[in-house]
Amino acid sequence: MSVKYLRGLLLLAVAVLLGGCHMVLLHPSGYVAQRQSDIMITTTIIIAIIIVPVLITIALVAWRYRASNKRARYDAKWDHSPQVELLVWAAPLLIIIAVGAVSWIGTHQLDPYRPLTHFDKDKPLPANVKPLEVDVVSLDWKWLFFYPQYGIATVNELAAPVDRPIDFKLTSDTMMDSFFVPALAGQVYTMPGMQTELHGVINKPGDYKGFSANYSGAGFTDMRFVFHGLSQQGFKQWVAKVRAQGGSLDRQTYNRLKQPSRAEPVHYYAHFADGLYTRILHRCVDPGKACMRRSANVQSVARSNPVAARRAAID
Amino acid sequence: MNTTTLNTAHSAPADFYCLKEPQAHNGTLLGFWLYLMSDCFIFAALFTCYAVLGANYAGGPTGAEVLDLPGLAVNTALLLVSSVTFGFAMLQMARENKTAMLCWLAVAGLLAAGFVGLEIREFIGMIAEGAGPDRSAFLSSFFTLVGTHGLHVTVGILWLGVLMVQTIRYGINEANVRRLQCLSMFWHFLDLVWVGVFSYVYLAGVLR
Amino acid sequence: MPDRSAFWNFLLGRLSLDSLPLHNTIVVYTFFVVAAIGLCLLGFITKKRYWGYLWKEWFTTVDHKKLGIMYMILGTVMLVRGFSDAIMMRAQQAVAFGSNMGYLPPHHFDQIFTAHGSIMIFFVAMAYIVGLMNYVMPQQIGARDVAFPFLNNLSFWFTFGGVVLFMISLFVGDFSTAGWLGYPPVSELQQSPGPGVDYYIWGLQLSGVGTLLTGINFVATIIKMRAPGMTMMKMPVFSWTTLCTSGLIIATFPILTATLFLLTLDRYLGTHFFTAGFGGNVMMYINLIWVWGHPEVYILILPIFGVYSEIVPTFSGKPLFGYASMVYATIAIMILSYLVWLHHFFTMGSGPSVNSFFSLTTMIISIPTGVKIFNWLFTMYRGRVRFTVPMLWTMGFLFTFTIGGMTGVMLSVAPADFLLHNSLFLVAHFHNVIIGGVVFGVFAAVNYWFPKAFGFKLDEFWGKMTFWLWQIGFWVAFGPLYVLGLMGVTRRLSHFTDPSLQPWFIVAAFGALLIGLGIVTFIVQIYVSIRRRDAYAVGGDPWDARTLEWSSTSPPPAYNFAFIPRVHERDAWTDMKARGARQPMEGFHAIHMPKNTAAGVVIGALACIFGFAMVWYIWWLAVVSFVGVVGAAIVHTFNYHRDYHIPADEVSRVERAGGWEPETEGAAA
Repeated sequence: MSVKYLRGLLLLAVAVLLGGCHMVLLHPSGYVAQRQSDIMITTTIIIAIIIVPVLITIALVAWRYRASNKRARYDAKWDHSPQVELLVWAAPLLIIIAVGAVSWIGTHQLDPYRPLTHFDKDKPLPANVKPLEVDVVSLDWKWLFFYPQYGIATVNELAAPVDRPIDFKLTSDTMMDSFFVPALAGQVYTMPGMQTELHGVINKPGDYKGFSANYSGAGFTDMRFVFHGLSQQGFKQWVAKVRAQGGSLDRQTYNRLKQPSRAEPVHYYAHFADGLYTRILHRCVDPGKACMRRSANVQSVARSNPVAARRAAID
Repeated sequence: MNTTTLNTAHSAPADFYCLKEPQAHNGTLLGFWLYLMSDCFIFAALFTCYAVLGANYAGGPTGAEVLDLPGLAVNTALLLVSSVTFGFAMLQMARENKTAMLCWLAVAGLLAAGFVGLEIREFIGMIAEGAGPDRSAFLSSFFTLVGTHGLHVTVGILWLGVLMVQTIRYGINEANVRRLQCLSMFWHFLDLVWVGVFSYVYLAGVLR
Repeated sequence: MPDRSAFWNFLLGRLSLDSLPLHNTIVVYTFFVVAAIGLCLLGFITKKRYWGYLWKEWFTTVDHKKLGIMYMILGTVMLVRGFSDAIMMRAQQAVAFGSNMGYLPPHHFDQIFTAHGSIMIFFVAMAYIVGLMNYVMPQQIGARDVAFPFLNNLSFWFTFGGVVLFMISLFVGDFSTAGWLGYPPVSELQQSPGPGVDYYIWGLQLSGVGTLLTGINFVATIIKMRAPGMTMMKMPVFSWTTLCTSGLIIATFPILTATLFLLTLDRYLGTHFFTAGFGGNVMMYINLIWVWGHPEVYILILPIFGVYSEIVPTFSGKPLFGYASMVYATIAIMILSYLVWLHHFFTMGSGPSVNSFFSLTTMIISIPTGVKIFNWLFTMYRGRVRFTVPMLWTMGFLFTFTIGGMTGVMLSVAPADFLLHNSLFLVAHFHNVIIGGVVFGVFAAVNYWFPKAFGFKLDEFWGKMTFWLWQIGFWVAFGPLYVLGLMGVTRRLSHFTDPSLQPWFIVAAFGALLIGLGIVTFIVQIYVSIRRRDAYAVGGDPWDARTLEWSSTSPPPAYNFAFIPRVHERDAWTDMKARGARQPMEGFHAIHMPKNTAAGVVIGALACIFGFAMVWYIWWLAVVSFVGVVGAAIVHTFNYHRDYHIPADEVSRVERAGGWEPETEGAAA
């Protein structure tokens, strides 16, 4: 009785709560995230084809063959049947072949290193659109974004025009973080001395949450930023605003900025030192420190991750 | 599978119970062999580290600069001969010739001690030249892989000493034979690992 | 090093009064509560003069049954500890919204989730499954003990030493904040200079060595000590899963040892394995730790699959359906579990070929797992299913675990994982399979084998109460986490800004409370059953079970079997019952058994002191205790008289007193 009551209460609570929440992973606003989400839903449906009947059958069989039901057939010797065993192996195998195919194709098509060919469903990228380049550095515990095409940089605020692909190149100063804007595209790790890449596009204007999805120490909780999806015009204005309000990010400023801090406010920089991102990547921001390029770290990337290294070399 | 089940009312107890205690199987050798297999995984992890990090010199010395091949030849010879002399000791054990066995064991132990001594000398020399394990990832993985092997040999020598004392005191009894067989496996296993270290770290490291 | 004279620094390393977290009121109160409980317990034992009994009969025992029970008690105590961490996290996340920062600062919160994860895996789940395997497997294969009884005792004390270090970290110094796998760079010296990560490392090293020795022990036992006639394909499935799990332990725990060793070198000697500069590579650690970490979850679940494979046939009154399938599925899982580790970091940026390979291998594991689910289903088919408490847990498992398996396949799809990785969806998924699989299985097993171990059944009412609290509590606690995951909420956050998330966290906290009540009712169940033990007393075979452990009295004699059984069929005991086998009550012979020894306790204690000394940089103590460990081990080898014979008269007396007549009252129930 009390169990039933509790269950009823739970279902009610679930219904009320589900009405009021936004499951961003099921309704993202970026084309890449949307396709990832579609794959997630497709696989769930395929697995449900086998899981749901199995769950129902378990309940039915357990109930039908309960000890008190003397009418049910009892066969104390029946412990194998080639036909049933064939079915038992074949059914999950078929489901996994289907899910595996979805995963295989999706993994290749949605490789975060692969430049986008479409900016939205059935909308191929026009030849004249150049992707927005953003170089991302995760610091303790904030995000630094470089816009090399515009010569500006920001901390804890990211913006991009809608329907224009974004090419992220990412690295980290000390910790391992994960760059994630759930509405935009899947996440990718940032690691010191190594570079990862991510391609995405935002299709609806709006303010979206971004954060680190990999625990990186005491200030990790506050390692959030806002991602603005803006119209073309809005993005121009935003760039102008950064240029107007921002200072300059030179090596000294960077060295101050990278000191551990929590819940860092948004900073704008109208200029940044030449090649600063590359120097951070190769761990030679301080003058006189030998860059790790072509030495240890590039090789270590090459060994652990040939794909990333090949791409780093192209860069 | 139950087709052979007979519904005889009472079967003879001997069908279902061993009235005499069955011969006990001693699992020590198998257990020790399993331990050696697990040790293989430790070395596998260290070899993997060396494979991944072994070229990360971080501006420090390379393998060709710090590795001493002539010293290595002596080193390797000591360890391999030690394995052979341990084999002689085991032959003497089978003949229950205690004194000869102990002598061969002592030779094996001394040769291994020579190996460890040379290795320590090499390590000290490298550290003095500024090529210590904290210099680069290459040197970290080098010192750890070679050092872990050396540590195993040292443990083997200690074990050998204890077993010699025990054989002197209690003779070549069943327990001691089993222990010596385990140590023998350990000894040859370390030789095998050294062949890996020797070819992968030293030879390939110098050629790299 | 604290600022004081060189002498004190030599004597105490970096340990000082400042190391005691006196400023942290939560820890201080916890200390007083733990100290009070501890003193009461010690006082009780002293007053009742139990010390000698505990020492002689339990601490120094080499009996696999007693060691099994000790592991189960250890697991339960640590379950309470791990759960306290869980409820604190749930409470923090339920209140820390907006301007309310909650009651835990990040440093404390980070320690709690690290401790929760490591304790639940290493000292709860591992302790439970090692305990079960210890208690059941030798009896199931008709052996008198394991192959290396002393090693078994030593393993326990190593594990216990690890527990002690973890518990000390609560009150002396602090614990790691680097997460349950201790990922660098957080776990490197530069980011975590305190003793926390060192506690973590040495605690895990000790218990890891213990577990490795256990794995070796069990494989040797199964290969060498099966009763005559028990071929591999006649071995009970639980023993099969024990074999596969032990094989996995042998093949993976050394990698954990090596990985932690390398991290130790980084922290103590300044090497550069996982550092950011000097050529180190963080991904090396993450790969290595998951080469151990993924098989580890199968180490946990395989024996539990074995438990269900014993319970379902017993309570369906039928042999297990598809025994051969079950065995091959177990072996397949064992091998495949070694090939999937990279699915824990698809987002590292490996190419699509690497990712899709690991995605596929991960999915392929669900095939043998699915086969197992089907086999249990077909075992119930045409059976007579008795819904006892163990069977209830099994039903709960089938539903919960299957759904957990479904979310697992979702996560294994690499593109979906780019969205779900590190989210609360992931947290919900692995609790779904670990609670729904391992914990439910442990409760099923405890209810199933308890009568064998103690001679009386556990109370049904409190058993069912525990089941429903856990079953409902689980979904209330983790259902919201699935939803929050889909809302894009990541794990390990100690504070939130979005108020729309709060209701979900409050519901989850309520669910955790229900689970907490489930732990309380479990303890009540045991207490009540002990009080009513005379009323609940049973014979050797209370469930009408099928395997050899039920052919002896409950509890079994120290030597398990007066006469080693001779096996003809798979369900050996069912076969013996069907063919009217009776154990002879005369012609007993002397039985060869191992002697108890204090060496395990001594070596374990010294190893624990060594760990503590290393944590606090007390080098002299580290050297002394290390030499002590080696010395004690050597001294132990000089003891050549480690066994004795139980005289035939004694066996005869025990067998007659036990009134060997395994009842089959369960058949009627």
